[in-house]
Amino acid sequence: MRHIISLLLENEAGALSRVAGLFSARAFNIESLSVAPTEDPTVSRLTLVTTGSDAIVEQITKQLNKLVDVIKVVDLNEYEHVEKELLLTKLIAEKKEDHETVKRLVDTFNGRIVDVTKNLYTIEITDTCEKIDAFITTLDDRLILEVVRSGVSAISLGDKAIQS
Amino acid sequence: MSKKKEILRGAEIFCRALKDEGVKHLFGYPGGAVLHIYDALYKQDDVEHILVRHEQGATHAADGYARATGKPGVVLVTSGPGATNAVTGIATAHMDSIPLVVFTGQVPRKMIGNDAFQEVDSIGITRPCVKHNFLVKDVKVLAETIKKAFYVATSGRPGPVVVDIPKDVTADSCSYEYPKNIDMRSYRPVIKGHPGQIKRASKLILSAKKPMIYSGGGVILGEASKELTKFTQILNYPITNTLMGLGAYPATDKQFVGMLGMHGTYEANMAMHNCDVLIAIGARFDDRVTGDLEKFCPYAKIIHIDVDPSSIAKNVPVDVPIVGDVKHVLKDLNEILKSEQDKLQVNKNELKSWWDKIHEWAKIDCLKYDRTSSVIKPQFVVEKLWELTKGDAYVTSDVGQHQMWAAQFYKFDKPRRWINSGGLGTMGFGLPAAMGVKLAFPNETVACITGEASLVMCIQELSTCLQYGTPVKIIILNNRYMGMVRQWQEFFYSGRYSHSYMEALPDFVKMAESYGHMGIRVEKSSGVENALKEALSMKDKTVIMDFITDQTENVYPMIASGKGHHEMHLSSERELA
Repeated sequence: MRHIISLLLENEAGALSRVAGLFSARAFNIESLSVAPTEDPTVSRLTLVTTGSDAIVEQITKQLNKLVDVIKVVDLNEYEHVEKELLLTKLIAEKKEDHETVKRLVDTFNGRIVDVTKNLYTIEITDTCEKIDAFITTLDDRLILEVVRSGVSAISLGDKAIQS
Repeated sequence: MSKKKEILRGAEIFCRALKDEGVKHLFGYPGGAVLHIYDALYKQDDVEHILVRHEQGATHAADGYARATGKPGVVLVTSGPGATNAVTGIATAHMDSIPLVVFTGQVPRKMIGNDAFQEVDSIGITRPCVKHNFLVKDVKVLAETIKKAFYVATSGRPGPVVVDIPKDVTADSCSYEYPKNIDMRSYRPVIKGHPGQIKRASKLILSAKKPMIYSGGGVILGEASKELTKFTQILNYPITNTLMGLGAYPATDKQFVGMLGMHGTYEANMAMHNCDVLIAIGARFDDRVTGDLEKFCPYAKIIHIDVDPSSIAKNVPVDVPIVGDVKHVLKDLNEILKSEQDKLQVNKNELKSWWDKIHEWAKIDCLKYDRTSSVIKPQFVVEKLWELTKGDAYVTSDVGQHQMWAAQFYKFDKPRRWINSGGLGTMGFGLPAAMGVKLAFPNETVACITGEASLVMCIQELSTCLQYGTPVKIIILNNRYMGMVRQWQEFFYSGRYSHSYMEALPDFVKMAESYGHMGIRVEKSSGVENALKEALSMKDKTVIMDFITDQTENVYPMIASGKGHHEMHLSSERELA
């Protein structure tokens, strides 16, 4: 099953490599990973998406907790939460109908055109991982020049918060 | 009145911090990146530096020291090859949760990442085999980092910590103050077990009809032998120890059924297989212990007490997990059991028939070997050593057949007496570890039971033994093979002994002499006792005893890979249905 795991970790050199290294050393899956400092510059928030059986995900959270740089680990699947991912993509539009297709799809997926040249659109979409997958598969491969995805960011809903 | 803070150089801070931490011995080897530190060491006499002959020896010696004393072992090596040579020892300590603090020199900060002379990414290389590591980027955090390193290494589930110190940091100066306490928001090990879980566990323990206690190295690391012994004796339940846990419960006690696992006793493994409640204490369900997981303890409800939550339910699902320090949890359990004495009587008859069953299994005498042989049987040497040292020596070992025979035939009644590389299985561990133990306990008998293949992997430390006067007794069970490799090749590769025969062995007697020690070669069983007596009587001499043993002897009993506890192989003549 797919799990979104949120981590608070010390914003120190090497902390990220400990997390990444753990996944490779113990042969855990890692689908995406995003990390940035929080309002407290000494703390980074890391969101990672992984898949595995309940037993494996339990081990993943326990092993993450064991890392000395990790302050907190939360499996967001245990909470109501919202997840978002940012997609930036450059699409080629050489023919007139390509321009139409791009604009229509961007509209349908609530995206935004952030830059246009004669033959290129740079598009931004913020949505769930699933929606972004859908957008990319809908596009004709011929149109795609470059794809950048941020990896998933997620936060729980309601009154509870993950704090250091 | 506030004391004026002293301004010290990084190298001096290093020495002072070790002193303030109470470190007595530092195992190390100098080199370019640590020369400032070595200069500072020269000017002090609070910490004794032990010059090893190879950095692997330093880490193993510090490791042996830590296993025997319970205090952290401390190591200092230079950058690059100094650090990489130390890695095997660090990984060895990591697998067995041994507290080490290893200081590695690093090239000056400005040169890091430039492929400088003797530069290696020590933090990156050691990351997967340490509990934690630190790169000290500023002399102002050096003292605090050293404090943190000792705290992390020794608390919770212990382990090795590496502190990488760039050379220029050891030249910089700042005011020195060693922190008394340390609090890390990201690291707070759990000590007390959850009272509700302990209550649940005690109910399950008291309901057992065929109970089994399985305890591991965690009991030794957690200094909980006394509590474990009390717990076991209140209950009158059978107990087995893992390889790492030997000595946590007295091996000569009637409730002890021997070691379990691949080369464990028949009665221990059969009791594991048939028990209805398994109480796992400070053990981690290692594959050499469990055999095939599908066949592991099929009838048992399992209670697991461990300080490391990630050890629980890692390999085997558990019914009652208790996260906490084993000493605290056992104390709490003992309190409950004391107040519920009446319930101990409930299953009295069932417990009696369970013990009868276990005694029946024990009658098979699974550790039987030919005691009349004139060719030296390796088991005989270990048994004699046990007799002559009255079971009270510190015994280190390397890895392989001799290690298993030592574990089976030297009956350890006390914790911290049995010093071996259980998890990583590191050949070359025994001699330097023995040296570390002897430094900690100069008046105790320290023996290293080894093989002719293992010993030479760190043979250079014989020089260190001479220099620092650490007279250890080295017992080579010399079968001219890498014995355990040969055994597996005999069993599983139709006797194709591929590269396991030790040709061109040195003359170990001359080798001992050339290093300034004593050597004795023994070729007949009749000479074993006298040789051991002679060696043990030479209190001030390191002695190598080269016992020429039966080449074909195998370690029995044995559970082959992929088999369960009830599928043991007893000997070449004796098979079990």
